[in-house]
Amino acid sequence: MKLYCLSGHPTLPCNVLKFKSTTIMLDCGLDTTSVLNFLPLPLVHSPRLSKLPGWVSKDGNINLEKELKECAKRVFVDSQPEFCLPEKELLDLSNIDVILISNYHCMMALPYITEHTGFTGTVYATEPTLQIGRLLMEELVNFMERVPKSQSATCWKNKEVQRMLPGPLKDVVDVWAWKRCYSMLEVNSALSKVQLVGYSQKVELFGAVQVSPLSSGYSLGSSNWIIQSHHEKVAYVSGSSLLTTHPQPMDQSSLKNSDVLILTGLTQMPTANPDGMLGEFCSNLAMTIRAGGNVLVPCYSSGVIYDLLECLYQFIESASLGTTPFYFISPVANSSLEFSQIFAEWLCHNKQSKVYLPEPPFPHAELIQTNKLKHYPSIHGDFSIEFRQPCVVFTGHPSLRFGDVVHFMELWGKSSLNTIIFTEPDFSYLDALAPYQPLAMKCVYCPIDTRLNFHQVSKLLKEVQPLHVVCPEQYTQPPLTQSHRSDLMLELQPPPMPYRRCSVLNLPFRRRYERVYILPELANSLVPSEVKPGISVATVSAVLHSKDNKHTLQSVSKPPPAPPSKKRKRVMEEPPVVQAPKPLLSGAVPLEAFLATLQKHGISEVKVEETADGHILHLQADDTLIQLEADGTHIVCDNNEPLRTTLRDLVLRFLQKL
Amino acid sequence: MPEIKVTPLGAGQDVGRSCILVSIGGKNIMLDCGMHMGYNDDRRFPDFSYITQNGRLTEFLDCVIISHFHLDHCGALPFMSEMVGYDGPIYMTHPTKAICPILLEDFRKITVDKKGETNFFTSQMIKDCMKKVVPLNLHQTVQVDDELEIKAYYAGHVLGAAMVQIKVGSESVVYTGDYNMTPDRHLGAAWIDKCRPDMLITESTYATTIRDSKRCRERDFLKKVHESIERGGKVLIPVFALGRAQELCILLETFWERMNLKAPIYFSTGLTEKANHYYKLFITWTNQKIRKTFVQRNMFEFKHIKPFDRSFIDNPGPMVVFATPGMLHAGLSLQIFKKWAGNEKNMVIMPGYCVQGTIGHKILNGQRKLEMEGRSTLEVKMQVEYMSFSAHADAKGIMQLIRMAEPRNVLLVHGEAAKMGFLKGKIEQEFSIDCYMPANGETVSVTTNPSVPVDISLNLLKREMALGGPLPDPKKPRTMHGTLIMKENSLKLVSSEQALKELGLNEHQLRFTCRVQLQDPHSDPDTLHRIYTHLKSVLKGYTIQHLPDGTVMVESIVIKVSSSAEDTNTKVLLLSWSYQDEELGSFLSTLLKKGLPAGIC
Repeated sequence: MKLYCLSGHPTLPCNVLKFKSTTIMLDCGLDTTSVLNFLPLPLVHSPRLSKLPGWVSKDGNINLEKELKECAKRVFVDSQPEFCLPEKELLDLSNIDVILISNYHCMMALPYITEHTGFTGTVYATEPTLQIGRLLMEELVNFMERVPKSQSATCWKNKEVQRMLPGPLKDVVDVWAWKRCYSMLEVNSALSKVQLVGYSQKVELFGAVQVSPLSSGYSLGSSNWIIQSHHEKVAYVSGSSLLTTHPQPMDQSSLKNSDVLILTGLTQMPTANPDGMLGEFCSNLAMTIRAGGNVLVPCYSSGVIYDLLECLYQFIESASLGTTPFYFISPVANSSLEFSQIFAEWLCHNKQSKVYLPEPPFPHAELIQTNKLKHYPSIHGDFSIEFRQPCVVFTGHPSLRFGDVVHFMELWGKSSLNTIIFTEPDFSYLDALAPYQPLAMKCVYCPIDTRLNFHQVSKLLKEVQPLHVVCPEQYTQPPLTQSHRSDLMLELQPPPMPYRRCSVLNLPFRRRYERVYILPELANSLVPSEVKPGISVATVSAVLHSKDNKHTLQSVSKPPPAPPSKKRKRVMEEPPVVQAPKPLLSGAVPLEAFLATLQKHGISEVKVEETADGHILHLQADDTLIQLEADGTHIVCDNNEPLRTTLRDLVLRFLQKL
Repeated sequence: MPEIKVTPLGAGQDVGRSCILVSIGGKNIMLDCGMHMGYNDDRRFPDFSYITQNGRLTEFLDCVIISHFHLDHCGALPFMSEMVGYDGPIYMTHPTKAICPILLEDFRKITVDKKGETNFFTSQMIKDCMKKVVPLNLHQTVQVDDELEIKAYYAGHVLGAAMVQIKVGSESVVYTGDYNMTPDRHLGAAWIDKCRPDMLITESTYATTIRDSKRCRERDFLKKVHESIERGGKVLIPVFALGRAQELCILLETFWERMNLKAPIYFSTGLTEKANHYYKLFITWTNQKIRKTFVQRNMFEFKHIKPFDRSFIDNPGPMVVFATPGMLHAGLSLQIFKKWAGNEKNMVIMPGYCVQGTIGHKILNGQRKLEMEGRSTLEVKMQVEYMSFSAHADAKGIMQLIRMAEPRNVLLVHGEAAKMGFLKGKIEQEFSIDCYMPANGETVSVTTNPSVPVDISLNLLKREMALGGPLPDPKKPRTMHGTLIMKENSLKLVSSEQALKELGLNEHQLRFTCRVQLQDPHSDPDTLHRIYTHLKSVLKGYTIQHLPDGTVMVESIVIKVSSSAEDTNTKVLLLSWSYQDEELGSFLSTLLKKGLPAGIC
């Protein structure tokens, strides 16, 4: 059993598990932090960006002014942004049988894998994961295709050139794994390979392995996975939360007793308390609006935004923000808000019970109805007519490199009245802001990451007790910036097995048993005998059938009786057909009882002689010896086959057969 | 032999008050708990005294499963749980859990408030009953206890309708509830995997009907409505608030839009708005098309269909009215029917099945003079049309489901005896499996033959698979041998050697030694070689070795030669074998006693 690690990003994992005869990809995360190295894609022409100077090395030897631009002392690639794909060379990805998706954030690399590696398998995901994942991909494609950039910069990737570049470009790795965004055609084709599953549904893979998604409490339809056979169990934990937000609570008990637990997707903000961040978010928002400024919230179009809107729903009146317009701008804003209302089965109990009334589970329905929240596909069209300031705008992309957010950065960045509030934890806010410097607007960083923190995860692991834990290497040491915080790492016994991009781990499994089914006919013919109190044994002779990784044992069909032989004389000369081999024997033959039995069978002239290890019985009438010892019996008998077989059977009476 | 027992308390050779008891692997399950629309007396509810004469049912049932929200499947639930007494889990899907209490309350109001019945369940009882409900998601495997698991499949009959698989160990039963194998305007088609249950309990409402194509029926329906409107008539469509109604509304809505018709369409009951809201929130349970487009256009927001008010009954001019309930047995639909029945321009379209005893059933059977309460008679002059829109599987659909699931036995419920008989014959003929159709209170038992799951040691299995080669050879089946250790609840199959080791037992060696005298005038080594050659020719397929230390080994049997002290021509052969080689040892000693044949070198 092996684990191939194709992504080094701890919250956007992509691992391949070889388990028994199946090859299972666990998640398909796309590392989008690479886009921070690119210039933003403005929706309308930006004189500021177009005037940025090109980069030429100090000695003037390298001139990349077409590809690289300098802004506030940092260098950015002027090209269509690229994402860092999972490793494709570590193993042949066309052999992957299934891909298990744990949540919609962890499937963004799917089209790269399913469309360009010869993949012919099935992808398993829950319905909300599929639908919202589709929206996020659609949004990404839309962001990219709305502002096409013909230029694709490649010269800077040349190893010799990259070496000479200023940081952080100089230090980025795997640049050749960076690819441009996929097309809608590829998205649709990839998603057509998804098969929907429900929580606790048992999906059989080739009869060898059973996989089952469990609620992970992180987002709508998010799941952890159990991959098991009858005797081995792997738990895959990815993006789980114990906080009560909108999704169904995490199913912890089903993770119990696994041989190996693969742990990914812990919080990226171990020191930030989500509740505290939410409070800070609200107060900063209110403060800015009261001062007449605008608030920009760069965010994904699904997930935490539902909680933010719910929080605001309660906050708006008390903070007298009733007249402030809230805008949600995304090509999929409407769909995301609508979809969130139809997945009652996947919501927490509180929200679930609302649909029985029937009422929409999320209060943003009411915000929309009362015109407090308005959503638009983009800044063009209706929005530009109805736009009123001061206002609050939720829009993407949280990297600030593409999407409508770029426009608002250009629009509001120069005024210190405005505030940008970062809530998504995926990008460093300083890096995100770098190409907009110098900036006058206020920046507030309240990352909300509801995933498990180290304290919660160690408690969880104590509870579910896996034999071994596998995790990204980042979790086995404190964060670089807080090296003294030994509480911000996993400390386990035995220590977790760390992985990094391109690791191949041998998982410590000791497979000793396999499930086999004894057919009823055979089962009925077995004769159990008790060897110890409560323990019985039966010898089994059977024919093994193995089909589709399922093994069955059935009775040995008796060969048809041989036609009566004409030459009776020859019968004895036929060597015996090997039948079932004799069972092994166990126990000992007790002297007194054995002598009594002999007596009963008319053998009375027995001379008993004591030896070092037992006794020798001399049957004087027949010149036959029986040597009785604790772990053996030896019958020496010439020329008297009937006597020998009688003695044999008498000895066998005292022994257990196995 | 393990047995599965099925006893219908309702819906046995009948439609109405569905309630089927299943015993499987020591577990007792109640499937549906419905009421009968055709009766107003005790026969309205299933006869729970069958389960126990005195008192509560909790200890006799492991769980109750409700397939969908129609009253003939859940109408007796509060009576059973609150009045007879049951505190165990009740499973149903989310939409069923949402809609069921509303219909129950509706039913209670009609019975108690309108008919003045007492000794009926109360609103509070409905609430208490619903607290015992555990929601079920599609395809989720729910562990009722350590042994009993259930799993719901999409049934497509109404919003939230489910088929359910019940499994204990390797035994299983599938209960279909009501289902539909053809997708309609708002629901998808029923689906189940090849789960090979020991018993498939299927409804058989349309056991003998093969309905023509859905499109034709829809066209027919629209034509009839349209003609009636054209000649100024009123059209009454009795429906249940949820289900068929939404499908027909979608149908009429699009038709009105296309034909630009102006005649009003009304939908009675305050439920409508609410009902449509349920459809919006549970859109994932509707068909593919509606699910795909719901963000742009929600199919359950109707433009042409308006709420009905009682005062509209006497309005002049054409109109179409959807009114509840669907079988004309009470309520508004019956009231409108009485008003409109006398005019031959009007039309009533019955879009679903009507149980015996209801007015719907009577007029469908051609009865034109109806006795009403108070000895008055009502003459029916209006046109009566029957359109089978009721979303049940037809004979073809039932056969299709059997083919999908591949059951070992089929049991028919929810149908009429004569029609069931016909279908039973067809099923037995086509699938060569047994088909049952018990009446209420009658028990069917089938014996199952479950395989015994055992843990085989990987060493033993691998050894066996390696020896057997990749493909089984049907002509030469290989026999494997092992020891089954039975300890508490575990069954382990290991090699005999491993069994000894694991149980901490010593092995007891049983050996035999036998001296055989032989006349052979050769040197000892030559004699031994002659024996070797002889055995080689007699024993085919055995390992025979002539070892340098002056022994011949046949398998593990040792043969040694020495000359007799007195006569060098008399050789003494010493054979020694263990019990494991008993047959061969015995054979060899007898063979060698006969001497060596001449002509061996």
